[in-house]
Amino acid sequence: MISTALALRGVEISFDATTLAFDCTIAAGGIVAVAGASGSGKSTLFNVIAGFEPPDRGEVRIFGEEMAGRPPAERPVSVIFQEHNLFAHLDVATNVGFGISAALRLGAAERMKVEDALSRVGLAGFGSRLPPTLSGGERQRVALARAFVRHRPILLLDEPFAALDPGLRTEMRSLIRDLHQEEGNTILMITHHPDDVRALAESVIFLDQGRIIAHDETARFFERRDIPAISRFLG
Amino acid sequence: MAAGGFALGGVLLFIGLAAGSLLAQSTGGNDAGPFLDAYIWRITRFTLLQAGLSTLFSVLLAIPVARALARQASFPGRIWMLRLLALPLGLPALVGALGLIEIWGRQGLLNRVLAAAGLEQPVSIYGLSGILIAHVFFNMPLAARLMLAGIERIPAEYWRTSANLGMSAFAIFRFIEWPVIRGLLPGIAGLVFMLCATSFTLVLTLGGGPAASTIEVAIYQALRFDFDPPRAIALAALQVALTGALLLVLKLIAPPPPEGETSGKSIRRSDGASSLSRLADRVWLVLAAGLVGLPFAAIAYAGSKADLFRLLSEPVFHRALAMSATISVLSAVISVAVTALMIRTESLALAQRRPGMTARFFAGAIGASTSFILLIPPVVLGAGWFLLLRPFGDVARFAPAVVVAINALMALPFVHRVLAPAMATHAVRTGRLAASLGIAGFQRLLWIDWPGLRKPLFVAFSFAMALSLGDLGAVALFGSQDMVTLPYLLYSRMGSYRTADAAGLALFLGLLCLVLTVLGTAGEEPEGKGA
Repeated sequence: MISTALALRGVEISFDATTLAFDCTIAAGGIVAVAGASGSGKSTLFNVIAGFEPPDRGEVRIFGEEMAGRPPAERPVSVIFQEHNLFAHLDVATNVGFGISAALRLGAAERMKVEDALSRVGLAGFGSRLPPTLSGGERQRVALARAFVRHRPILLLDEPFAALDPGLRTEMRSLIRDLHQEEGNTILMITHHPDDVRALAESVIFLDQGRIIAHDETARFFERRDIPAISRFLG
Repeated sequence: MAAGGFALGGVLLFIGLAAGSLLAQSTGGNDAGPFLDAYIWRITRFTLLQAGLSTLFSVLLAIPVARALARQASFPGRIWMLRLLALPLGLPALVGALGLIEIWGRQGLLNRVLAAAGLEQPVSIYGLSGILIAHVFFNMPLAARLMLAGIERIPAEYWRTSANLGMSAFAIFRFIEWPVIRGLLPGIAGLVFMLCATSFTLVLTLGGGPAASTIEVAIYQALRFDFDPPRAIALAALQVALTGALLLVLKLIAPPPPEGETSGKSIRRSDGASSLSRLADRVWLVLAAGLVGLPFAAIAYAGSKADLFRLLSEPVFHRALAMSATISVLSAVISVAVTALMIRTESLALAQRRPGMTARFFAGAIGASTSFILLIPPVVLGAGWFLLLRPFGDVARFAPAVVVAINALMALPFVHRVLAPAMATHAVRTGRLAASLGIAGFQRLLWIDWPGLRKPLFVAFSFAMALSLGDLGAVALFGSQDMVTLPYLLYSRMGSYRTADAAGLALFLGLLCLVLTVLGTAGEEPEGKGA
């Protein structure tokens, strides 16, 4: 039996003009693509799961546990954004070190872990560099290294390749696939590119106007022609 | 081009004549040697001491206040707290001093509370402590707002990442907020130090004697009371050397604090939610609100008790009002016109594909002259002209014209800061289009330039006017029976212990300047975006 990583039941969250509603169940151990037009509520979905925005009603369960009132740091979740994942004035090792201790109390063993995580993302020896001296792809890999040392079972990727050029995207995709196999974690990834979905995802969640309107296996998702919004996304 | 050259020439001539007259007079008989040395040493030491301490306290207090405002992004009244912090900038120093005396003075609120609590020793606002309180009142809000703007520029992802990682409030301060504040500190501290080192009115009213006198005030006393031109000249030279050194050091070590107002938008961050940090933030905010808000309340309260009707119908008030209005309108018009001409000439000179040596030198001179003016404090300028005009008869006859010119010059750097970016954007937006359509001359002024630049011109004008309306530095030297402005009237009423009259005048003058500043800053906000 496959266990459930994430379950949203009757979740509603209101902003000035709109109300978004989410219902979904996500099995543990897969990579799920989250797609939809701009403003369809993808980032809000992530904010609710990560605990940045409390929902007005409904429940968010992660591995069966109700998350209401739990601050972001105490949820079994790591998040990587499109950019600004690293504190630009602190060096790479320090940025990764926050994943081990948020008060940055690092002994020799922890420093080894940081160095190890950096070499796993192909950035061995980059520890003393400052983020602005790195390329966009390298910065995202440092963020991945930090997610690595945190060992949270759920990883939320909010358009992690959006700022990268095509060559780097392919590289990052294979890096994420490798990490996923090593960690056995559950990954949710927001993307605007059908290529990302095809290359990585086992299933797809599709949002339109604040609702989850489809949740399919990847192969089946690419067959769908019944919903105009999905057709537009697939092009 | 020619008009710009004329403007620049006029500015330089005005400053040059003042400096020249000071220098010419200083060559004659300088025999006060040792006495002057000891005296000047004492004054310099005090000037630097009070400016250093004022800066230290302003900045130290601004850090927790800015942090509290950043962390508590949505408490009711936050927008009013931000507005309160913007107020002291528009308040004439003299009016602020009066409000501070109402709170901290011998008969002030604080001492009455202390007396009621059975404490004998009253807190004294005169001397170093008073100067420090006043400088913190005026500069802490400025520093806090600059820091808050810096914290608000931190990307939103930082707050989410820190929440996701579980960083404590202390870790967030140490690793995220402090690095930003530390980066801003040299610029902010430099600005505050400069303002405090050249502060005139506050030191004059609250210094309370020769023991607590800065160079600016000493120049004034040397001319006005002791009539000792050599001493005034030595002090003026010292003042220029000191501000020059300060400007140079600032240029080398401290970038100017970046522009950018607090947007008033709330930042989503969850680290200020614990009850301990909420309590700490509340304490700092109440403290800051009291420190800044109480003097304003005191001005309003004391002013409303004055016999405003009688006060406002006195002939001397009418004369002062007319004089102040004339001087401030004239100086604002001159300041805005001269600055606009200089900016336009500077960009024209640089717009040629290969600007020649002359053009480049010319543009450079205009650019430098705006910060050069900061070098020459109004009291020094006034002193120079005072000595220059003395052989031609009663100085009071020329006083209004000199004060208008000095006020216009004083406002010039601020007007430049408002107009230069606006005019540059406007030129980029309309320059080529207007040229290709052949719109030029008066048509261009009427249809293109005036609608596009009306707002920044208005902002600059009201700012320059408020600055002149509240100014005591230039008027103090020249004030007489025939030359009474509102601040001068207020100052003489304070001096003759007619406190009720002073309070009424302060309320009137304070309101006038605040309305002008609010009108000015209201125009600064981008359209369609309510605060």
